[in-house]
Parts: sequence; C-alpha cells; structure tokens
Amino acid sequence: MRRALILALLAFATPVLADSNMPAAPLADVQLADARQEAAATALMETIRCLVCQGQSIADSNAELAGDMRSLIRQRIAAGERPEAIRAWLVRRYGAWVSYSPALTPVTWPLWIAPLAFLAIGVAVARTGLRRRRRR
Amino acid sequence: MIAEAGLAALWLGAMLCALQLVLAVAVLGPSSRNSPSSSTSPSSKRTLGSPAAGAALSSRDPSVRWDDEGVEEVGLARLVQPVAVAQAVLTALAFAALIALFVRVDLSVLLVAENDNSEKPLLYRFAGAWGNHEGSMLMWVTILGLAGAAVALLERRLVPRMLIATLGGQAAIGLGFYAFLLFASNPFARLDPAPPEGRGLNPLLQDPGLAFHPPTLYLGYVGLSVAFSFAIGALVTREVGPAFARAMRPWVLGAWIFLTLGITAGSYWAYYELGWGGWWFWDPVENASLMPWLAATALLHSVTVLATRDGLRAWTIMLAVVAFSMSMVGTFLVRSGILTSVHAFAVDPRRGSFLLALLLIYIGGALALFALRVGTVREGNRFDAVSREGALVVNNLLLTAVLGIVLVGTLYPLIVEAVSGTKLSVGPPYFNAAVGPLALLLVIVMGAGPLMRWRREDVAPLLRRLAPAAALLVAVLVALRLLVPSIGLLPLLGLAVAAGTAVASVAPLWRRNLLRTPLFTWGMVVAHLGIAVALAGMACDSAFTVERLVAASVGQTVTVGPYSVRFAGVDPSFGENYEAMEATLEVRRGQGDPAFLRPQARAYWSPPTETSESAIRTVLDGQLYTVLGKQADDGRWQLRLWWKPFVTLIWFGGALVALGGALALVGRVARDVRARRREAAFA
Amino acid sequence: MSGRPILWAPLVAFILLAAFLTYGLAKPDDTNITSKMVGAAVPPFRLPPATPGMPGLASADLAAGKPHLVNIFASWCVPCAAEAPQLRAIADAGVPIVGIAVRDRPEALADFLHRYGNPYARIGSDNASQVQMALGSSGVPETFVVDGRGMIRRQTIGPINPQDVADTIAAVQAAR
Repeated sequence: MRRALILALLAFATPVLADSNMPAAPLADVQLADARQEAAATALMETIRCLVCQGQSIADSNAELAGDMRSLIRQRIAAGERPEAIRAWLVRRYGAWVSYSPALTPVTWPLWIAPLAFLAIGVAVARTGLRRRRRR
Repeated sequence: MIAEAGLAALWLGAMLCALQLVLAVAVLGPSSRNSPSSSTSPSSKRTLGSPAAGAALSSRDPSVRWDDEGVEEVGLARLVQPVAVAQAVLTALAFAALIALFVRVDLSVLLVAENDNSEKPLLYRFAGAWGNHEGSMLMWVTILGLAGAAVALLERRLVPRMLIATLGGQAAIGLGFYAFLLFASNPFARLDPAPPEGRGLNPLLQDPGLAFHPPTLYLGYVGLSVAFSFAIGALVTREVGPAFARAMRPWVLGAWIFLTLGITAGSYWAYYELGWGGWWFWDPVENASLMPWLAATALLHSVTVLATRDGLRAWTIMLAVVAFSMSMVGTFLVRSGILTSVHAFAVDPRRGSFLLALLLIYIGGALALFALRVGTVREGNRFDAVSREGALVVNNLLLTAVLGIVLVGTLYPLIVEAVSGTKLSVGPPYFNAAVGPLALLLVIVMGAGPLMRWRREDVAPLLRRLAPAAALLVAVLVALRLLVPSIGLLPLLGLAVAAGTAVASVAPLWRRNLLRTPLFTWGMVVAHLGIAVALAGMACDSAFTVERLVAASVGQTVTVGPYSVRFAGVDPSFGENYEAMEATLEVRRGQGDPAFLRPQARAYWSPPTETSESAIRTVLDGQLYTVLGKQADDGRWQLRLWWKPFVTLIWFGGALVALGGALALVGRVARDVRARRREAAFA
Repeated sequence: MSGRPILWAPLVAFILLAAFLTYGLAKPDDTNITSKMVGAAVPPFRLPPATPGMPGLASADLAAGKPHLVNIFASWCVPCAAEAPQLRAIADAGVPIVGIAVRDRPEALADFLHRYGNPYARIGSDNASQVQMALGSSGVPETFVVDGRGMIRRQTIGPINPQDVADTIAAVQAAR
C-alpha cells in the first residue's frame, strides 16, 4: 500500500501519511568532519538507488529509508570501510539493482562494450565510404 | 456544450486528416505509374543504386516534371493544402475548447474532474489542460496539425509532387494519433454525476515550468515529424538532393531550437523544483528527451552537407527517420511507464500498447521504405577526409554513437530483465564514463570543423588556425591541474576543452567584416559558443560545488562558499492552495549588504502532498541554493545549502545554443525570401 | 529489392528494440525489491527492546533451534495495522513471531499493540533501519521465515493477507 501510494505520485511529492515522524537517522543529513571521507561518502550515495522512490539516488531522495541508508554509508565510511565494500554489502542484500554503477559481469559486458562497438561500426561505415571515394 | 463541440471538432479534424491522406495517395499513385518522366518507371528501376541514376534524377529540372502531369491531378493536389489548413483550425479549436473547460473548471468532464481544482491559480488551471495524458496528446495532435498547415502554406521550394507526398506523410502520422485520442484517450469524456470538486494537479507540476516546458518540447517533437514526412516524401518521389535539403533545413532547425529550449527549461525546472541541486540525472525520461535532440543535431549538420555539397544523401534520410522515431520512442517510454523515473508523467501502461502499435507502423514502415528505396539515392558527392564535410561526418558519427549509448543504457535494464530475469540499474556512473569522453571529442571537433574549408583542407594551415585555441586548452589544463589538484578528470578536461572551443567557435568571425557576415554564420558561431559555455557550466558545477548540511537553530550563522547564511527564523505562510513553513535566511557575501532568501516546506491540500521549495540567489559567478528540511525534536531545522559557482552557465549556454539556432533560421529564411523576390522580379 | 542486406539492418534493429519494448509492456508491473539474503544466515545483530516490558531481539534468538516468523513493522504504517489479525491467527497456531519495529517510538508502539493486539514474543527497536537493511528489506510490512539454525527461508513483501495465513504457517513448520 505504502509503496503503491508513493509510486503513484511523483517521487518527491511525499504523501503526507507515510512518514514515521521520527527524527532522521544520526548521519542522514550530517556531514562527516573529514572532507575527504565526506566526499567519498557523497560519491557513493550518488550511485546508490533509493529503494522507496526508485527513480533517484539516495543522495537526492527525501524518503526516510534513503536517509537511513545515507546514515549507514557515512557511519561505515567514518569507520574506515572502503566505498566499494559498502556497495558490495548493499548489493549482497538488494541485488545489482541497488547500484547505479553496473559492475563488469557477464550480464553487463555488452553494455560496456556498446560504446566501443558503436564507434567501431561508425568508423567502419565512414571508412568504406572514404575508400570508395579514393578509388574513383 | 463546450466538450461536445471540442469532440466534434476533433472528429472533423480526423476526417479531414483521412481525406488529406487519400488525396495525397490519389495524386501520387497514378502519376508515378503512368507518367513517363516518373522515376518509378521500369527503366529507371533497373538502374537503382547506380551513381548515374542518382545524378540523372537530381539534375532533372523539377518544374518540367510537374507540367508533365495530368491537369486532373493538379486539381486534386490543389485541394490538399486547404484541407491541411482546415484540419489545423479544427484541432486548434478542439484544444481551445479543452483549455476553456479547464479554466472554467467544468467538473462534468472526467479529465477536468481528475486533474483540475477550482482553488488552483488561473495559470495552472490553464496549463493544467496539458498536465495530463489526454490533454498533452491533444496538444501533440494540435501542433501536428498546425505544422502540417504551415508546411502547406509556407513551403515554396519543394517540387509540388514532393510537397503532396510530405503532406500525405504528415496526414498518415496524424491519423494514428487522432485514432489514439478518439478511441483510447478521449479528453472530452463526460462524468455523470459531476463531483463537487476536482482532484487537482500534482503540486510539483504547479509551476510556471509547466506552462513552458511541455509545449516547447512538443513543438520540437512534432517539428521532427515534419522532417520525417519530408524523408518519406523524398523516398516516395525519389527526390533527394540539395533542393530537398534546403527545403527541409528550416523545419529541422525550428524543431531543434524548440527541443534545445525544451530540454534546457526542463533541466532548470527539475533543478529548482526537486530541491537537491541536481540538473541532470540520466533518468529515463531525461534520456527520452535527449535522444531526439542528439538525432536532430546530427540531422541538422548532415542536412547542411546535403544542401551545400550534395553529400550524405541516404544518411540524411536515415537521420530524419531516426530523429522522429526517437521522439516517438521517447513519448512511449514516458507514457507507458515501463521504466521507473523521477519525472514520471501521465503514466498509463494500457495506452502504452496503442502507442507501441503506432510506433511499429510508422517507424517499421519508414525503415522498410528506406531499405526498399534508398538504393536509388545512395550516391552523393565525394570529398576528402580532412575537410568541412569530413568534420561533419565525424560529428555525425560521434553524435550517433552517443545516441546509441544513451538508448542502450536506458533500455539495458529492460533487456537484461527480459533475457535473464535479473534486475539491474544503469545510471550516472555508466553514462558519464561512456558518454563523457565522446562528448568531449565531439566538442573539440565542433570547434575545429568550422575552421576547415569545404571539399579539401590542407593540414598545415588548419593547424595554424587552430593554434590559439589549442594553446589556451593546454594552458587551462596545466593551470587547473596545478591550482586545483583535487579536480576530477572529466571536469578538468571539460573546462579545458570548453575554454579552447570557446575561442575556436568565434574564430570564424576573425578578420571578417562583422556587419557583412551572413546571419546564419553568426548563428553557427553563437550556437557553438553556447555549447562551450554550457560545458564550462557543467564542469564548474561538478568540480567546485560546495555543500553544507546543517541542523540550524534560529540565529545561527553558517558559511557556504563565499556566503555567510544567518538563519533568522521560520514562519507559517499560506498560498492559494497550500500552507507552508517559510524560513528566512539572511545571506551576506563578505561585507556586502544582506539579501534575504525564503525557502519553504509546503503542504498542499489537494492532492495532499508535501514539497520543498528551494530559494536561490543568482549572482554573476554562480548560485546560492537553499532548501528548508524538517524540524528535529530539539527544535532545530534542517538546512541544505549549496554554493554552485557558474552553474548558471549550463542554462545560459543552452539558451545561447537556441539563440544561435534562431539566428541561423532567420538568416536562412531571409535569404530564401530575397532569392524568391529576385526570381519574381526577373520573371 | 536493392540487393544490399545492410540496408535492412536498421529495420532489424528496430524490430529487436520493439520486441524489448513489448516485453516491458507485457511484464507484470513489479516494483518490489526482493531480498537476496533468502537462503543465507541472518546477519548478527542485537536490538534493544522497542517497548517497555517486552524483550528486545538479537540474531542469537533466531538460531536457538526453533523456526520463527520475523515481522518488520511500525506503528505508523497503515497496512501493518491491517495485517495484525492475520499475525494473531498465526501466533495462535503456535508459530513464534518476533518483531522488528522500524523507526518507532515506545509509546506509539505500546498504543499500537494495545489497539491491534500483540502477537509478538520479542520486539527489537530498529531506529535507523540498520537491521532492516541488513536483512535486505526495503519497506514495512515485510515478513521473513527463519529456520531453527537462523537461516532465512522466505520473504513476504507487503502485508500478510487472510488467504496467506495457512500458507505462512505451513512455511514456518516446514522450516524446522
């Protein structure tokens, strides 16, 4: 029900009744004192998909669970964990869906090959054209 | 009564549209079979694909052909134009009727009851007419009708046969969308009994952006339908040459200007409305609007090669088909809701199947026609690799590759789910990595291309012309690397390339008499400069943005970038259909006078929704972006503050690009009109 | 025919694209994110009591030999209230149910339990959704079947409806 409601409306237009009215998680909206750690946390948050509104990263979401996820990420970064380890932890729980950055796996290699393939096809087409021109 | 009148006008428009198609087929059908001069005669069919046939076709004087055809057909052909105009008038009436219903809040109409509300301000009752599925499709059909009428009335350079074929193509597209409206999304359906009050419009859409963004985007999409119809007309009549390209160019240019404006406006709207300071998310809906733009940009440049040098014939036809296909695929992606998006709008999977059917008919049909017919038009003029044409080919290649990447990246989650059943996401990390380098290369080629001559260019003088820009590029690269060691690779390259290409873009004006430089050259320079400016804005935003998140108590001062922000207090505030908590922020830069920003946390009543309204201070060198969040238990308020240096360059650049397009359009049209007057004077 | 098959490539590519679009339209609209932890052990955690007078919840409680139903819920969640009678019925059938209260206040929770009944043996308070995330859950209510060795056997997203009660009881009993 809650999911259906939220998805039916725009992600940012949060329906009034769905919130817990609890204060945000400790580090949901509090930056880490260490600027480098904060930058690493922000970079990671921008690539983690919000589970509630689903159309945004948790860095851009007002959903409470997104705040809780930001808090989790900041805590772990502050504790010295590497961003990719945290991403792996989340992917272990929610699947590849939760990461906006598709890892290089057998399922995604066509995706990563695609840019090169497009370029190669384009160059091949253009070159046959040029060669024909030279032959004239 | 208004609703019934609107529906009647829509039905009549649909019938005229059908008539337009029938007339076009009647005019074109027999003549292409009987007329000896027609290109579909068996003799020319055998020579399909040979260079000789292409040359013979384009060299034939079109006016002679027209005289060859029967008087009857000319009579029929004369009917097509008034029919196209009448159809446009009728759809415009239907659309006006819908707007009237929304402004009057006639709740006995289902669509009004579902999307309108009498407490809504006038602007949003007006714009609300297209803030929903049915209304926006009616707007689409209206613009399609108006574009058809404009082609019928204004287009003077086309061979008449091709004009008829183009209007026939336009009618064929129109018919599908009329059917879609009348059978699957009637905007005028009644609701009995009428409810006491309407449900209202999603608050995020209650913004001046709604009045501006969808109409511009639709003008762009539909303008591409004209290019598509031209391509169909060209394939049917086999008239692909400079004359065709010159006729098509203003329409492509016009559509492209509107697309540019629509995307720029949409980006800024999302930027200030969503309240997180982002201006591009690589969201499926954003990609859906970017893809037609990429195709139209490629088309705009290839059509220039065709008009100037009679090259890239088949490729230009292909791009015209692809550009409109992308706007239809985009519309489908947005409406069907098969991909999750922040900007989800009027989603309805049931109607998706109707749109998909239209997609199959039009795109499938056009591509089949292309495969069958393009053999006759494949050959064009040849040119060297290092030349203006060569640069434009590279431009087309890169634009198409980027288009392919965006398309594949957007649909990949769907493809994977179809093939393997697993869910995955493709987002900014992929798009930035895959598109970023190509885009930078593209911008470099954009800077260098206009400094090359048509046909053939020697490398040494070209390098000399490029030297200042290249020197600046390297200087910026080195300076930034030394001064800002933490800068990311893409923003670093972005800034350097932006600086270099900005100089290269204005180089075509060097040592020229600026007053006698043609307007379309000015247009090109301004548009290219706009791209460099926008790129600089994007790079600055990602490299130098400062973010501050604080739970502030009243009276507390926070610094963000060059600003100090004093949290002066929070007060309740009321709008016409919402209540809000409004923060007062006293912002001060250095010792300057304070300014006041008032971000709000709003609660709308119908439908009950919470939004946060950002408050932005724009100065020459950037924006201070402020958002009010929730109140914590201890009474402090969450504030989100950003200092974004030069972020405004993104949209300013976009506006420059559109302005450049407009200059080019005016320049081209003015030149045409002058040429026509001169011909008339000599005749 | 032009005799150049390459000219048909765009049409073929488009038909492939259309096939995927058709699939996208035809597939059921499923926005649920299922937990990938099903089949794995409950990650170690320890949650304090969510309301006075009831014990909190730790992962050790779930690996003590008996299967459990782990219900993730909150007093502010409307479907959770609708689910309460079904949980009552499941508890009455002898299935131990433990709760994880997400982002909840003790007094609000006590009020909720008073109003809709208390089928829980223990309730842990998960104030920042940390355990919810550790389990791979993305909303409330969600229910996990955990076997006697602490392995997650099944996840139910959304409320347990009356017609699901028998099935849920059977799933817990089968998880021994």
